[in-house]
Amino acid sequence: MTPRRVNTESWPVRLLLCVLALGFLFFFLGLPLLSVFVEAFKQGFGPYFEALCDADTRSAITLTLVIAVMVLPLNILFGLSAAWAIARFDFRGKSLLITLIDLPFAVSPVVAGLLFILIFGRQGFLGDWLGAHDIKIIFALPGMVLATMFVTVPYIARELIPLMQAQGRDEEEAAVSLGASGLQMFWRVTLPNIKWGLLYGVILANARAMGEFGAVSVVSGHIRGMTNTLPLHVEILYNEYNSVGAFAAASVLALLALVTLVAKTIVEWRMAREIAMLSADLSIENPAVAAKS
Amino acid sequence: MTNSRKHRVLPGFGLSLGFALVYLSLLVLLPLAGLVAHGVHMSFADFWATATTPRTLASYRVTFGCALLAALVNAFFGLIVAWVLVRYDFPGKRFIDALVDLPFALPTAVAGITLTTLYANTGWVGSLLVPLGIQIAFKPAGIVVALIFIGIPFVVRTVQPVIEDIEQEIEEAAATLGATRWQTFRRVLFPALAPALLTGFTLAFSRAIGEYGSVIFIAGNMPMVSEITPLMIISKLEQYDTQGAIVLALVMLVISFVLLLAINLLQWYAANRHTQRHSERKPA
Repeated sequence: MTPRRVNTESWPVRLLLCVLALGFLFFFLGLPLLSVFVEAFKQGFGPYFEALCDADTRSAITLTLVIAVMVLPLNILFGLSAAWAIARFDFRGKSLLITLIDLPFAVSPVVAGLLFILIFGRQGFLGDWLGAHDIKIIFALPGMVLATMFVTVPYIARELIPLMQAQGRDEEEAAVSLGASGLQMFWRVTLPNIKWGLLYGVILANARAMGEFGAVSVVSGHIRGMTNTLPLHVEILYNEYNSVGAFAAASVLALLALVTLVAKTIVEWRMAREIAMLSADLSIENPAVAAKS
Repeated sequence: MTNSRKHRVLPGFGLSLGFALVYLSLLVLLPLAGLVAHGVHMSFADFWATATTPRTLASYRVTFGCALLAALVNAFFGLIVAWVLVRYDFPGKRFIDALVDLPFALPTAVAGITLTTLYANTGWVGSLLVPLGIQIAFKPAGIVVALIFIGIPFVVRTVQPVIEDIEQEIEEAAATLGATRWQTFRRVLFPALAPALLTGFTLAFSRAIGEYGSVIFIAGNMPMVSEITPLMIISKLEQYDTQGAIVLALVMLVISFVLLLAINLLQWYAANRHTQRHSERKPA
């Protein structure tokens, strides 16, 4: 340790930095997380479970799950397709495509919701036609699914593209030249290689899909028991000064967030371990890599 | 053609690219084009008049001012957090490292009501600040607090890997040559971290501009004082003023695109600088 001494700060500076960093995280992350649960249980367990068993809260939970279940498979399919095309082939406009995938991150969720109102709303492009055929998209499930699909577009693709680019196409090319069909190659070579990255993207996309507020709020119409997702239900209860109800619903979402963080951390460890195993071969040439892992 | 065919040993190029393009076009590009098409139909005078009413201008000031302030706070503390997480050891470090991503995982509405409760005059933090004459919830300061929460992971997660990559030999060299620790930081470390810090700052800023869920609870939403532009879009929609909502959405969209472009340029610049440095060092 002594030879590294020059590389670190004097102990008062170190202490100051630690206090600043941990104090900041405590006030802005730790306390809010703690306070969700404290507020939810403020009047004890009874009122908490009563609030959770409320019919509207239960239907909000169901709707949130339904939307996530509908959005995620499509999002996975898009992420896989985009990453396959971008990481395995060369074509013109590739970097433009990568930028376009990121576009939904740059659009305010409220604007995202507005986009779908302009198409499917009563005064929208398709409004008359939908009205004539009695199809409801805005203020109904399809609109909320579309808005959630919009905001979650980048998550899985963004995880897979750099991962697959780093892995290169040698293994898949070997599989194909040895006679594997496209599907065999995908299930036996591609998927095992990217499974942790894919899972990581799914975890993040799922958290966003279940927690989205702005975009869904614009297209939902806030009909209780019908088009109310759990985050929207939190808002309604809060605005009705039903603090225990609002925080009980919020605690479910906070629990989801904690599960997300734990799952994400586990997946990160697994990915780091796999990278470590890969770089173990290189350790003779480059001891720094091995030491790090 | 021969060149591109060489790479097409692998199957599925047409199918995967086709699906990705159709998905992206139907879901993102066409709706955005629709918004722009609506805007083109308006006369410029109408557009300008709607985009620059005093109340709208005030909402831009609140939105961009608070987002800028929050992103600056995040850049400062984010750098420190990233440094502490990479360089120092303390108990519970892994737990804290995982906690940094909480704003990505916690739904914004939950963050909104929780921060409001904490920073209200009767809340845990708010009641400490009342004797000092500071009020945060239902003031523009509340918006800044919510936006700080939302932006934390952006700066930390962009700066952290860069700090991990810094080869400590460089710092040793600086120290051997007689630099104080502060000089080493200012002349050696900070320039290496600056592009990542700027990228993280821009990401946090761009996210903060569009943020809605966490802000509306804590802002108080007073017109001219603490009303953000996304909320104005929603209230215009609720009053069936679709044109007005479109104008504000277009203004926000243009600004977001400029920021997205800036982020991409920054990342491209940082990546190029990085590879250049590496190729200089390792000619092989």
